Amino acid sequence: MKSAVIVFPGSNCDRDIAVALEKASGRKPHMVFHKDTELPDVDVIAVPGGFSYGDYLRCGAMAAHSPIMRVVKERADKGVRVMGICNGFQILTEAGLLPGALIRNKTLKYVCRTVGLRVESTESAYTAKYAAGQTIRIPVGHGEGNYVADDATLDRLEGEGLVAFRYVNHDGAPDAEGNPNGAARDIAGIFNKGRTVLGMMPHPERAFEPLHGNTDGRAFFDGLVEALT
Amino acid sequence: MSAATLPNATLPKEPEVTEDLAREHGIKPDEYERLLRIVGRTPTFTELGIYSVMWSEHCSYKSSRVWLKQFPTTAPWVICGPGENAGVIDIGDGQAAIFKMESHNHPSYIEPFQGAATGVGGILRDVFTMGARPIANLNALRFGDPSHPKTRQLIAGVVAGIGHYGNCVGVPTVGGETNFHKAYNGNCLVNAMTVGLAPADRIFYSKAAGVGNPVVYVGSKTGRDGIHGATMSSAEFSEDTEEKRPTVQVGDPFTEKLLIEACLELMATDAIVSIQDMGAAGLTSSSVEMAGKGGLGIELILDDVPQRETGMTPYEIMLSESQERMLMILKPGREAEARAIFEKWDLDFAVIGRLTDTGRFVIKMHGRTWCDLQLAPLFDEAPLYRRPTEETPKKAPLPEGVAVSAGVSAKDALLKLIGCPDLASKRWIWEQYDSQVMADTRFMSGQADAAVVRVHGTRKGLALTSDVTPRYCHADPYEGGKQAVAEAWRNVTAVGALPLAITDNMNFGNPEKPRIMGQFADCVRGMAEACRALDFPVVSGNVSLYNETNGEAILPTPTVGGVGLIQDAATAVGLGFKAPGEAILLIGETKGHLGQSLWLREILGREDGPPPPVDLAVERRNGDFLRGLIADGSVTASHDLSDGGLLVAVAEMAMASGIGADLSGLGGADAGVLFGEDQGRYVLTVPAAQADAVLARAKAAGVPGARLGTTGGSELTGPGGMLISVQELRRANEAWLPAYMAGALPG
Repeated sequence: MKSAVIVFPGSNCDRDIAVALEKASGRKPHMVFHKDTELPDVDVIAVPGGFSYGDYLRCGAMAAHSPIMRVVKERADKGVRVMGICNGFQILTEAGLLPGALIRNKTLKYVCRTVGLRVESTESAYTAKYAAGQTIRIPVGHGEGNYVADDATLDRLEGEGLVAFRYVNHDGAPDAEGNPNGAARDIAGIFNKGRTVLGMMPHPERAFEPLHGNTDGRAFFDGLVEALT
Repeated sequence: MSAATLPNATLPKEPEVTEDLAREHGIKPDEYERLLRIVGRTPTFTELGIYSVMWSEHCSYKSSRVWLKQFPTTAPWVICGPGENAGVIDIGDGQAAIFKMESHNHPSYIEPFQGAATGVGGILRDVFTMGARPIANLNALRFGDPSHPKTRQLIAGVVAGIGHYGNCVGVPTVGGETNFHKAYNGNCLVNAMTVGLAPADRIFYSKAAGVGNPVVYVGSKTGRDGIHGATMSSAEFSEDTEEKRPTVQVGDPFTEKLLIEACLELMATDAIVSIQDMGAAGLTSSSVEMAGKGGLGIELILDDVPQRETGMTPYEIMLSESQERMLMILKPGREAEARAIFEKWDLDFAVIGRLTDTGRFVIKMHGRTWCDLQLAPLFDEAPLYRRPTEETPKKAPLPEGVAVSAGVSAKDALLKLIGCPDLASKRWIWEQYDSQVMADTRFMSGQADAAVVRVHGTRKGLALTSDVTPRYCHADPYEGGKQAVAEAWRNVTAVGALPLAITDNMNFGNPEKPRIMGQFADCVRGMAEACRALDFPVVSGNVSLYNETNGEAILPTPTVGGVGLIQDAATAVGLGFKAPGEAILLIGETKGHLGQSLWLREILGREDGPPPPVDLAVERRNGDFLRGLIADGSVTASHDLSDGGLLVAVAEMAMASGIGADLSGLGGADAGVLFGEDQGRYVLTVPAAQADAVLARAKAAGVPGARLGTTGGSELTGPGGMLISVQELRRANEAWLPAYMAGALPG
């Protein structure tokens, strides 16, 4: 599996996702700078977490208009896998690759903790290695992870099975206790129509190896490698 | 606008310098006389400003320097001790850890969000200035009584500010401590620590070299923020403190992140001669220190300094504490290469002067000279004070029978203690910090006695902690100083790491008062003794004095940031019980010391008696023994005994895991045994089958050891029929801070 990681000014999970991609696939990802206008031929593009351009406007709003994102959109349109994690999710919604938006957490505070996620669909390269309905534990770390969209969009996402992950409580049920940011319908991650583009707030790269004390994120990367190699 | 075309009328007008004006700058009459003698004439306004910051307590350490000399600062593994931007230690394999702790107390009280944020920014710069990529942040916070009207707002602002900065730059905040005491009502403490990682043969220092070499300014533009921050931090607070808000800087973590990447990219070349961040006293202290260390002169052309505002005067530019700026000396002819890197990261880059062989500090702007001073005296002839000291009287021992007089059951006492502000869970705080970015965090706050971060790309781990018990230091500065160092050493040891070195952050009141200076002197004496006995040298530090408001001083708070090394981060031991059915052991001797204990304060409302003494030989023996056990893989969980003593420690191990414990074998133990704060002790768990062998090994090593009980179930069963579910413990521990912050509790 060949991969690329986009590096915006202020990206800070670019190295983390690159390490996970490399360990899972055995190939070093291409690190592509935001000012670049070309992308190497890759199977998956990661838009990493962080604070692109400081996120001083709306999170991801500046990055969505950077030179490299034009190329990312072209590739996404051709069916190349594009995953946005955390700030990457925000960027993908701002870029129009995914519907909805991510606003300030309901608490108005940044939150870093490990949350429960229910895998809502295994029909994607990202989630194929999980069992449908499986509950996994993955860390979040964000101030703006509160997913919003109009009801019609939310109904469509649910109706078409495009919700990838949902926040759940300790008993594995979606509710306010398990939801760290107030996201609509406890949505933690969504797909585009073809399930080739994924956006999610939690960080699977932070639950990747035994040192992290939790390896629930490993299957995310292994699934990708299996599907794309 | 070039100097030649600037009409004379628009040149900045400088006020006439008088002794009164000098006093307004914090320069005392005798210091002003000394200044006049050195300069040989009345200084210009710009020169006065420069002298005032260089001779401020903050920059010159004039009251503390004579005492700090007692600290041991060398060891075979120390690469660079105090005097540079941060301390550097060898961690093997050609790698170095670079770290320092620094206070941002005064600014954080005046403007908590920006004060704390820029505290983090400043300490990060101190570390990456030396060539290190920052890999972890910690912070030690002290606030006033929860019932004080400002406390809640200070906590909210400080925590949000630390999170805002650290989260954005992408350095995990992995540990720290938060305490409350009314002595901090008028002066909160915000001590921030950064640890970085660099190749041991690529450390960058601040000593300038090479006459004619370009002086280069990079980073953010200079504005009018933070002017006289260093001077403000060198004075007590009074009623008009609120008016000092304009002296607090504004942070931009995004620019800092770019600055880190750009500096590290340039540092991978050999273009840099020396580099220094612009921290307190900004351009003034950075240029004076660099040239001073190199024994050179420096000439700056301020017209070339990137400016955020129009019409800035030389005085303002030299004293601005705008953030995210660095000064460096480049090798000749390397400017273009360096400029390209900074432009790639969209940062300002400007050559603003040259090194000279004149030994003078020359500032030019608009074609005129605004400062022309001999440089060396600014740097090394600041007044030096050996201020009078007064010893803190020894506290009388507690009266006999205090422990039995309480009439509070062990269960009620335990629930009250783990729910009190000092011991209540700080989850509300640390969940606002990104503790996992960089994906190398093994243990963060709440999971182990020290945070553990892996050295990226290796199996090694650094163990990091910050410790001090101010109430001990207040009751007996010497014992308290010893204890602060010993506790840091103990916390690093408890995860299985070898303690290597410390950074200290000395927070005290007004040093002109003999009682305060006496606290300082005795804390230093105790710390120095502990550092020597434990082979735990001081490699960097910071002094914050004048933490007083209307004459009320803070508790003496010499915060110790400890760093240790473990060869395999995966083998580090956390504090949560690992499995049911394991043996719970106690290492170290219990005498039942209740003087200055939290039990005494929270249950009896008394803050008296002497603090627990630290026997450094015992400390070392017990700690070395535990570290050996951990290295052999026998230990499944470990936790030092500190605030609240034995029962609190065991409760914390249960809460961290959800596994209960049976301690009913303790029998009718009294408060001294259950809650006493005797030093040099650890609770650990080992598989039950190994318990006897471990205890025999302890005996052979001359280390007191005893079996306390067994892990298991979902309750804590204690002496005298005590029974509390872990769930109830957690509720008591987690309740206070969120409720308090939501305004539901008066405090």
